[in-house]
Amino acid sequence: MSFTAPEIAWGALSPVVIVLVAGIVGVLVEAFVPDRARRAAQLVLAFGAPVGAIVAVAALWDGVSSSGGTDVLDGSLLVDGPTLVIQGVIAVLTLLALLVVADRTATGEDAFAPTAASIPGSDYEELARRKGLTQTEVYPLLLLATGGMMILPATGDLLTLFVALEVLSLPLYLLTGMARRRRLLSQEAALKYFLLGAFASALLIFGVALVYGYSGTLRYSEIAAATGTPSALDPLLLVGAVLLLVGLLFKVGAVPFHSWTPDAYQGAPTPITGFMAACTKVAAFGALLRVYYTIFPGLQWDLDVFLWTVAIATMVVGTVVALVQTDIKRLLAYSSIAHAGFILTGVVALDEAGISAVLFYLLVYGVATVGAFGVVWLVRERTVPQASTDVAADELAEAGDEDLRTSVLGEATHLSQWAGLGRTHPALAGAFALFLLSFAGIPLTAGFIGKFAVFSAAVDGGAWPLALVGVLSSAAAAFFYVRIIVLMYFTPAPGRDDAAVEPSDEDAAPVVESRASDENAAPGEDVALAGADGSSAVATLVAAPTATTTTTVVPSEGLAAVAIAVAAVLTVVLGVFPTPVLDLISDVARFLP
Amino acid sequence: MTLTHYLVLSGILFSIGAAAVLLRRNAIIAFMGVELMLNATNLCLVTFSRMHGELTGQVLAFFVMVVAAAEVVVGLAIIVAIFRTRRSASIDDVNLLKS
Repeated sequence: MSFTAPEIAWGALSPVVIVLVAGIVGVLVEAFVPDRARRAAQLVLAFGAPVGAIVAVAALWDGVSSSGGTDVLDGSLLVDGPTLVIQGVIAVLTLLALLVVADRTATGEDAFAPTAASIPGSDYEELARRKGLTQTEVYPLLLLATGGMMILPATGDLLTLFVALEVLSLPLYLLTGMARRRRLLSQEAALKYFLLGAFASALLIFGVALVYGYSGTLRYSEIAAATGTPSALDPLLLVGAVLLLVGLLFKVGAVPFHSWTPDAYQGAPTPITGFMAACTKVAAFGALLRVYYTIFPGLQWDLDVFLWTVAIATMVVGTVVALVQTDIKRLLAYSSIAHAGFILTGVVALDEAGISAVLFYLLVYGVATVGAFGVVWLVRERTVPQASTDVAADELAEAGDEDLRTSVLGEATHLSQWAGLGRTHPALAGAFALFLLSFAGIPLTAGFIGKFAVFSAAVDGGAWPLALVGVLSSAAAAFFYVRIIVLMYFTPAPGRDDAAVEPSDEDAAPVVESRASDENAAPGEDVALAGADGSSAVATLVAAPTATTTTTVVPSEGLAAVAIAVAAVLTVVLGVFPTPVLDLISDVARFLP
Repeated sequence: MTLTHYLVLSGILFSIGAAAVLLRRNAIIAFMGVELMLNATNLCLVTFSRMHGELTGQVLAFFVMVVAAAEVVVGLAIIVAIFRTRRSASIDDVNLLKS
């Protein structure tokens, strides 16, 4: 018995290989590079990898756009136009998200726990914090996840699809649980994300097994050929196809498979939330497009009912539930669910315009998402010491390091804390408003072009009811986006103006009350914890706002500001001059059969 | 005994696993439900492989095992971290995140 080694076209694989090799080298760096140089080494690798991937995609572009693409590894991976577009988009978004991930506050705190293995609230954790330990494992984990995301839309058989999905997910489960602040929430989010994610991938692999049972092959093109001939095993194929799509729809965050999204997005460290909200969605939609367009076009009549229901439910539920959210991260999570519904309308369209519309929408949505979560990361709670209430909230820069370290808390995620941000920090609030307008799909922002493209693709593909629901829920969604903008610009900050005029303990009261009345706020958590487990170590985990807290923007090393600025510029440029990018994408938006 | 019996058994095991994930309140048990689902899938894959008279299904079963092992590593790490914090692995206690 002899094996013939497959021909591997390394050149066509280069974007994926660069990222994965950088991830593995990052693991070695953790083992062998001394403590002091580790962060620098990891940053060089982490920023080098996506840049290298972008260069590799650009180098491959001409060949692929003229030849229509090649299959690599005997057809396991298909390097065609949509693959390259998605790999390029993921590389760009990873680069932006990395800027936010790598950013640290002026006191050198990043978004991750000093050691994720320490028990929250323990002496060991406190010691690690004081010694200034950091977890640079974040960067290799992030690169490995990115590698999985870049493989996922390029897969040519179901085995590779499953493996890529796991390579993408496993690092994300871990990253979700590594937040520096509100660690209980973070660990809980990781558990929920993991259990539901593992459940979904089990459904997916069972779907793969059934499709294999029907067709006797895992290769997309051969399955597509097998679906043409009716047989007694048709129910097997249909159930398998639905389970397969459910696995992917779960990653996309479509209703009714969305229940992990708000929890995972809220609990995860905010820079990671930005990364996974943007990049996971791009990768999963890439795979969904390929699976739906190349395997199951023969099943369109059977699957349409399912996908239409999911798309409509996703748009409606995402929008309606987002209307009543009071936590900014949860609100953005539900808004991302609604966006998944909008993108699904383009997928369901099943025509060529649909592919390029979805790809463009993914780019636009991802850029705005990374930027928005970057802003959320910078807007922090800060305790106002009772002894010196006359310190104005935004004199933070002048405060000493130790003061900063103790007074700046986690992200100010409650909506009421964002009131008046437009006056105190106009640039940041302006960027955030721009991202929200893009989410809402206001003309002259990129979001408008994206929505217009997917909805017109849906109408051309005969799915006009979906486009109608999409337009209506976009209109409803605009309400809560605009509400945040009104809050930032036209509502005075609670307590802040009064505090400057009349520094007394009374003006602290409204803030504390408004926080206590909210279930998500820290006091509620504290009570719940004390009820669940009386130990004092646990009760001190969630920093209880004994002093009044105000909202501030934490001074940082500036990387996040760069990411936000780039995202804002891209949002405007893609909104005003979308034609070159749209042409570029639609030129190559054809799947290799 | 025909091959269909194996498929029925695989379906039953898969359903038991799914029910365990959705109904049981202990994170470890729920996680074991996921493992049961994956192993049911393996049985299904091997049966189909035999039915079609080729090896692809068995190769895929190996990949599923490897992925299941990787999932155990990550999953138990998360569950142990939570257990050490709260002295409990019940999903019902994990309720800080609510809409």
